Amino acid sequence: MSELNGYKSGSNLEKVLRAGHFAVTAELGPPKNADGEVVRKKAGILKGFVDAANITDNQTAIVRMSSIGAGVIAFQSGLEPVMQMTCRDRNRLGMQSDLLGGYALGMRNILCLSGDHQTFGNHPQSKNVHDIDSLQLVQMVVGLRDKASLQCGEEIKGLNPRFFVGAAENPFGDPFDWRPYRLGKKAKAGADFIQTQLIYNVPRFREFMKRVVDLGVHKQVYILAGVGPLKTPGAARYMRDQVPGMDVPDEIVARMEAAGKGIEDRKQKAAAFKEEGLRICVELIQQMREIEGIAGVHIMAIEWEEAVPIIMERAGLLPRPVP
Amino acid sequence: MIVAEQKPLKEIQSLVGEAQTVLIVGCGTCVTVCFAGGEKEAGILGSLLRMSARMEGHEKSIGEVTVQRQCEWEYLDAIGDRIAEADIVLSLGCGVGVQALAERYPDAIVIPGLDTKFMGLPLEQGVWAERCAACGQCILGLTGGICPIARCSKQLLNGPCGGSSKGKCEVNPEIECAWQLIYDKLNAQGRLDLIMEITPPKDWRTGRDGGPRKIVRQDLRLVVTEEA
Ligand code: SF4
Ligand code: SF4
Repeated sequence: MSELNGYKSGSNLEKVLRAGHFAVTAELGPPKNADGEVVRKKAGILKGFVDAANITDNQTAIVRMSSIGAGVIAFQSGLEPVMQMTCRDRNRLGMQSDLLGGYALGMRNILCLSGDHQTFGNHPQSKNVHDIDSLQLVQMVVGLRDKASLQCGEEIKGLNPRFFVGAAENPFGDPFDWRPYRLGKKAKAGADFIQTQLIYNVPRFREFMKRVVDLGVHKQVYILAGVGPLKTPGAARYMRDQVPGMDVPDEIVARMEAAGKGIEDRKQKAAAFKEEGLRICVELIQQMREIEGIAGVHIMAIEWEEAVPIIMERAGLLPRPVP
Repeated sequence: MIVAEQKPLKEIQSLVGEAQTVLIVGCGTCVTVCFAGGEKEAGILGSLLRMSARMEGHEKSIGEVTVQRQCEWEYLDAIGDRIAEADIVLSLGCGVGVQALAERYPDAIVIPGLDTKFMGLPLEQGVWAERCAACGQCILGLTGGICPIARCSKQLLNGPCGGSSKGKCEVNPEIECAWQLIYDKLNAQGRLDLIMEITPPKDWRTGRDGGPRKIVRQDLRLVVTEEA
């Protein structure tokens, strides 16, 4: 461990959090093709504005460039990746070999996920794996690092991968009363950081965080609150009505709708919607900073990476610390 | 019980093909109870096949017989003569029944008339739901009697996932979230401590992942073999 100076992984994200800075991560969705240029471009937009960026893993069960492949490109472009890994597509053999390979290629952060069910995506006929679940995945990655052993218990001879280990939690998933305990289970499994699902209902999130703080879980794990700019009122309505486990209050939808009132020109209208989406996002970040137990934010600007530098600037989160 | 559904008539017809003499074999156990392949269904299917053959202008000889339990060889002995006369044997048993027939009568051409769906129970008249996936190492004692392997869409042992919403599974609002059920049950019984600890990864060898399974009970065997 000595060469890591007391850090678990030595990743930038870990250093920023350990130094007590309000951390910011973003999301980079790899393309649905083999064009590395797309990743390079997106990485170029985010580079320098966030502490690390999640590289999604076949998000919404749609085939995309792999998280490791795109992660390496991001890394080479100067953006620290958070490699995402779902339990849907690989068993414990595949996962561990990808963890070894990913680490060898420079990955230092990982986010462990169950994964959206494959029936949502473009291969609904496929088999799913779910050999282990996301909590067990956290335990497995922590075991690779802290015990230098594979999941089966076999010792890793030679260099073992030392990841900064993350997990996700949806504060608005049901049962609401159980969520803080489940978060506690993730901390107990050894997670170093948590990124939450998108938050629009701040009072409800505060209630969740109060319980998390009462349990002391915020002292065991860094919690990054998920925020994201809405593009259109339609997107807000869709999230409110169609996405299981999302909580978008009516007043947010109403604000988005009101932003376009009286504007005839389509382009201007779209710009007004986006502007309101950005404004709401910046306000959310300010509110998150006030909540006890929140160590940072995770900005999910899906297919709208350009929004991130604007949000960071307006939220007063620039320049990023260099720990 | 094993719950099955009859295949579409078109598919059955194409499986039967040109065969002249067809013997439909129903089963008197699970598939009778779930109205898929009992005596009554065998009779109806026989009539349908006869009628459609006649409409297409050819005669087929279609017989029906129902055994008490198609998944045991000894129950199949009595129908040997009928099977010998048939060009094709159309089984209305579950997948086990079809194979039992094919094993007991190696020369017969046996085809399935049902799609075997799951192990489950009737919720109400005409509605069945899956309950067990035969994982081979039952954990119901940890989960309030609700199976997360068969009933959670992601087989989570430390659920629920983030998609659980108002008691429903993210996959489909028709599906109850197994982990909401587990939580509610254990909460009501004051036994949430059972899921406070992290359940370790499952050893799937006891399930299908260990290869096809077999149970040998020496205490029950008639011919006991010496095993090294
Ligand atoms: S735990 Fe296994 S054996 Fe028990 S009900 Fe579930 S699938 Fe069946
Ligand atoms: S919503 Fe519930 S049943 Fe569906 S996958 Fe998630 S935990 Fe399992």
